[in-house]
Amino acid sequence: MKPAPFAYVRPASRAEAVGLLAEHGDDGKVLAGGQSLVAAMNFRLARPGVLIDINGVRDLDFLRAEDRWLRIGALTRHAAFHKEVIGGPLGALLGKVVRHIAHYPIRQRGTFTGSLAHADPASEWCLVATTLGAQMHVAGPAGERVCAAGDFFKGTFTTALGSRDLLTEVRLPVLGENWRSGFYEFSRRAGDFALAMALAALRIEGGLIREARLGVGGVSDRALRLSSLEAELVGKAPQPQLFADIAEAARAQIKPSADIHASPAYRSDLIRTVVKRALAQAAA
Amino acid sequence: MTEKHAITLNVNGRDYTISVEPRRTLADAVRDDCGLTGTHLGCEHGVCGACTIIVGGKPVRSCLMFAVQAAGEKIRTVEGLAKGEELHPLQKAFWENHGLQCGFCTPGFLMLAAGALEENPDLDEAELRELLSSNLCRCTGYQNIIKAVRAAAVEMRACQPSANP
Amino acid sequence: MSWIGRPHLRLEDPALVRGQGHYVADLARGAAVVKFVRSPVAAGRILGIEKPDHGLVFTASDLAGLKPIRPILHRPDYVPVDYPVLAAERVMFTGQAVAMVVDEDAHAAEDLAEQVFIDIDAEDPVVNFETALGPDAPRVHAHAPGNVLVEGRMRTPGLDAALSEAAEVVSLKLRSARQSAMPLEGRGGVCRFDAVTGRVTLSASVQMPHMLRTGICDVMGIAESDLRVIAPDVGGGFGQKMSLFPEYVALVWLARHLRRDVAWIEDRRENFLASAHSRDQAFEVKGAFSRDGVLLGLDADLLSNVGAFSCYPVTCGVEPLMALAELPGPYKVREYGARSRGVTTNTCMMAPYRGVARPMLTFTMERMMDVAAARLGIDPVEIRRRNLIETFPHRSPTGLVYDEGSYKEAMEVAVKALDIPSFRKRQAAARAEGRYLGVGFSVFSERTGYGTPAYAARGMDIVPGYEVVACAMDPSGFVEARIGSSPHGQGLKTALAQLIADELGVEPAKVRVISGDTDATPYGWGTFASRSMVIAGGACKLAAGKIATRLKIIAAAMLETRPDDIELSDGLARAINTNRTLPIPELARAAYHQSHKFPEAGPGLSDSATYDPPGTFSNACHACVVEVDIETGGVTIERFVVAEDAGILINPMIVDGQIHGGVAQGIANALFEELVYDETGNLLTVSLADYLPPTIAEMPTIEIEHLVTLSDATITKAKGVGEGGTIGAPAAVINAVCDALKPFGVEIFEIPATPQRIRDLIRASGQPS
Repeated sequence: MKPAPFAYVRPASRAEAVGLLAEHGDDGKVLAGGQSLVAAMNFRLARPGVLIDINGVRDLDFLRAEDRWLRIGALTRHAAFHKEVIGGPLGALLGKVVRHIAHYPIRQRGTFTGSLAHADPASEWCLVATTLGAQMHVAGPAGERVCAAGDFFKGTFTTALGSRDLLTEVRLPVLGENWRSGFYEFSRRAGDFALAMALAALRIEGGLIREARLGVGGVSDRALRLSSLEAELVGKAPQPQLFADIAEAARAQIKPSADIHASPAYRSDLIRTVVKRALAQAAA
Repeated sequence: MTEKHAITLNVNGRDYTISVEPRRTLADAVRDDCGLTGTHLGCEHGVCGACTIIVGGKPVRSCLMFAVQAAGEKIRTVEGLAKGEELHPLQKAFWENHGLQCGFCTPGFLMLAAGALEENPDLDEAELRELLSSNLCRCTGYQNIIKAVRAAAVEMRACQPSANP
Repeated sequence: MSWIGRPHLRLEDPALVRGQGHYVADLARGAAVVKFVRSPVAAGRILGIEKPDHGLVFTASDLAGLKPIRPILHRPDYVPVDYPVLAAERVMFTGQAVAMVVDEDAHAAEDLAEQVFIDIDAEDPVVNFETALGPDAPRVHAHAPGNVLVEGRMRTPGLDAALSEAAEVVSLKLRSARQSAMPLEGRGGVCRFDAVTGRVTLSASVQMPHMLRTGICDVMGIAESDLRVIAPDVGGGFGQKMSLFPEYVALVWLARHLRRDVAWIEDRRENFLASAHSRDQAFEVKGAFSRDGVLLGLDADLLSNVGAFSCYPVTCGVEPLMALAELPGPYKVREYGARSRGVTTNTCMMAPYRGVARPMLTFTMERMMDVAAARLGIDPVEIRRRNLIETFPHRSPTGLVYDEGSYKEAMEVAVKALDIPSFRKRQAAARAEGRYLGVGFSVFSERTGYGTPAYAARGMDIVPGYEVVACAMDPSGFVEARIGSSPHGQGLKTALAQLIADELGVEPAKVRVISGDTDATPYGWGTFASRSMVIAGGACKLAAGKIATRLKIIAAAMLETRPDDIELSDGLARAINTNRTLPIPELARAAYHQSHKFPEAGPGLSDSATYDPPGTFSNACHACVVEVDIETGGVTIERFVVAEDAGILINPMIVDGQIHGGVAQGIANALFEELVYDETGNLLTVSLADYLPPTIAEMPTIEIEHLVTLSDATITKAKGVGEGGTIGAPAAVINAVCDALKPFGVEIFEIPATPQRIRDLIRASGQPS
């Protein structure tokens, strides 16, 4: 299982990287962490003619809070989140989620933004980005643009990124101090792709839910933000019965995908379970 | 076949100047071009971990990196663990605790544990189990592997100042 | 001081922990690389093969003169089939090798292989039992009617009466999905061609080097002396590396044809597609029970999906016939009838995988016991007490003789370790909180260490079973033992060194066990069927014993006593009840250099021995506690206990390691692993993302208790134990899951019991009662 031949370039700057992408377009592919891409290349399922290795582009290597955003540069590895990268609920949430991503050695190389660009329906970061309403910063031949998460993920392995675009940065909104989060994933083995997972973030004040974020991943061709159910949570007291109802509603709303690991009926059951448990965790 | 790149890999403190196609993985370069066959290939898609080595201080899947990416990095493989005749505490512990049977997964586990324990010598039981779930073994059922790593961790902590004195 | 029974650290390890092991891929430097072009479809006629203009590409037409691989069983119900080295007219399973290319390195070889196009007129394949056995089923092999390649039957005369008079007949259908032994190192070989002699040396990742050599030479029609086979360090096998694969023949052919060194190292995808599969079985059984829970009769219809070809040398009969012979397991049921068929389909061939038929038959019998217990209102431990073999030797209705064992005792030990009464309280409290815990166990016998009689009884054309060991002590007192067997990770060199060390009074570090090289070892078989400590061990003991006799003669002469009064221990020969000793190296020198003084002893110290025993049964009870998440169907194994009796343990550390590894594979069998073909015969599970061997996170800590029953059927007093873990674990886990799900009335008869299957059953059952 050896890859097909390709040419290899290693830009030193963001501008150079964008220029190379513009030049090679459909035949070029960005190499960041490589944990998904190289595996696909070993199987010869991916056969880019030119690999553009951005690991040398130092100005893409940043991770910092700025105003009300956490700015995650394209070279931020999953492992960066092993420690809390920011205080408060967002940092706690990211630290909780990262443990579910593949395994320790994969996390040393794989990148946050790479996950988003790859858009595996079972990607944890895609769920986080979708549910929290992340902002994607894209550099392309026509310049830079920002894409909201809701417009970014189009389907399985498909995003709003064109073949000449580089996802340079993802910004996550910082959650204020009254936010709490829950994340629940079910997979066959430790580190496997989720058969279903849910992310819930609740701002609870005065014993009532004031704001909510709720998303489900691994059950469709992309992560799903359950906005209508978020609205139903608002103004209510966080109680098991409420969560059970929301979970049942989530299940009713979603037509799950089928693959050799899970049938639609089973995934449906899982949707209810993961939503309920994520909400319970958030309220605990 | 594409143009080869001349690169230098620094492995276990020694420089190897090799000429490789970009598509040659770091695993294959270490094994075939550097002649260090202790690192093994079990799946070539990043799941089994038999190819795990340390690059830039981090345990990584060498089957998921290209050799050209690793030029200039400090690479460590199983061959670099022992100091001459003296086995690394992990190697000694695997031997003493029957942590290997066929031995094929062993170098991957050794480098995984070495890299992780060097970064954090104080991994607790749950963290150790989580770490070791990164790699597959088909022979041992893992029981003696974690026993070995636990024993080695104790010895490594004794030799290393703890992160939290 | 005795070396037997000590957890001696392995002699193999210092090299392996340094990464200095030599697995085949490590030996390929300088060799050209071979890549096989494989059929993309499961069945069809090959219309043509389009080759690129340049490059070394070979097809079946280039291999004229090579016979197909054709293992034989001498029985009327066996239909031999031919496994061609490269497919010529037809392809029979997805992944079958049709062509091969040779290039300078693996990358170039893969590039070249991509340019070979196989034009196939695809046909609808036969993939599963239903299709294969249906009334108008297409024939997988034209000359095998009904798609049955082997069929065994037996029926005791009183079975019908037992069934009709039974107070309760438990009828069950059970299913095990297809699985892979999945050694971490795949298959591979490196051929070195000697231009001067024309001889080829094949280093291959195999469990049976002598057999491989025989098989390749038979197919090629060359003398065995023209081929040397070496098994270097082997990265796991578990049975998958026992069979002769066409790729090895092709490799040797290429080396001779091209007159150069060639190497083939398979990748993980190929290993899933085209090596060997196992466990694909469907059993229908009827157990006739008395009111008191005594199993009076057992009637069975057993199906094994053996794939497109028959594995050489044990043949596709291995699983069906072992299932037939051993279904009653550790139970003393007298009336037994069974029909067992090996069904051929357009899938990868089936070959032995650790446990071979017994994981499935144990699953069957242990589920039956639990179901019968529930229906008859008898405690599951008690019902087994009433049925387990307790007097020895026990002759089963299938003619197997069970030597001394501890079936009941092992069960009592395991059950006690779990403390069932306390567990039941915990279970009740947990249920009240909506948590579902369960306990389950399995009792089983493990046939081990059997020699030629057992294989001959099956009608095998090639009858393995004996082992020969050639042992020699050199003038310095160092011992070399050349064994025909060949290890694949089980520490054979250490355990056998301990045995030999005990016989000769030396330390294991002074014993070198040489294996794997057909040029340097006597003809023998290998590591499979849990045989090594019994058979290779027995032969070592005998050979070393002969040398010990010589040493004692020399010592007696030198110490002026009788040989019977000499004891060899701690590097010395001692005249017993005195403190007159001689260092053994001194005796060794004398044997070689003063032989005229000891005419009965030498010259030299070199002896050979053969051991070919009838077989011995070890036994165990596995017991486990699980928790089932009823919403996700996920199963967590909280505790796993093994009470194992394998006689004397030569190296208990190694034995425990074997149990750990076997149980891990058994748990995987029960909950995780499944090879899935779609209806077009396309294998969907070809990577480790889809085929799921467990990680440490899925594994419990295994607690082991040992019992020791001595049997005369093994001169080392060791019984085999390598496969036990795989045999008992699936049944114990599933019984525990069913116990956990009793409130739902869920019964599981299919493995792996994936979360989806469990959840589907819970959903179908409605609310807990």
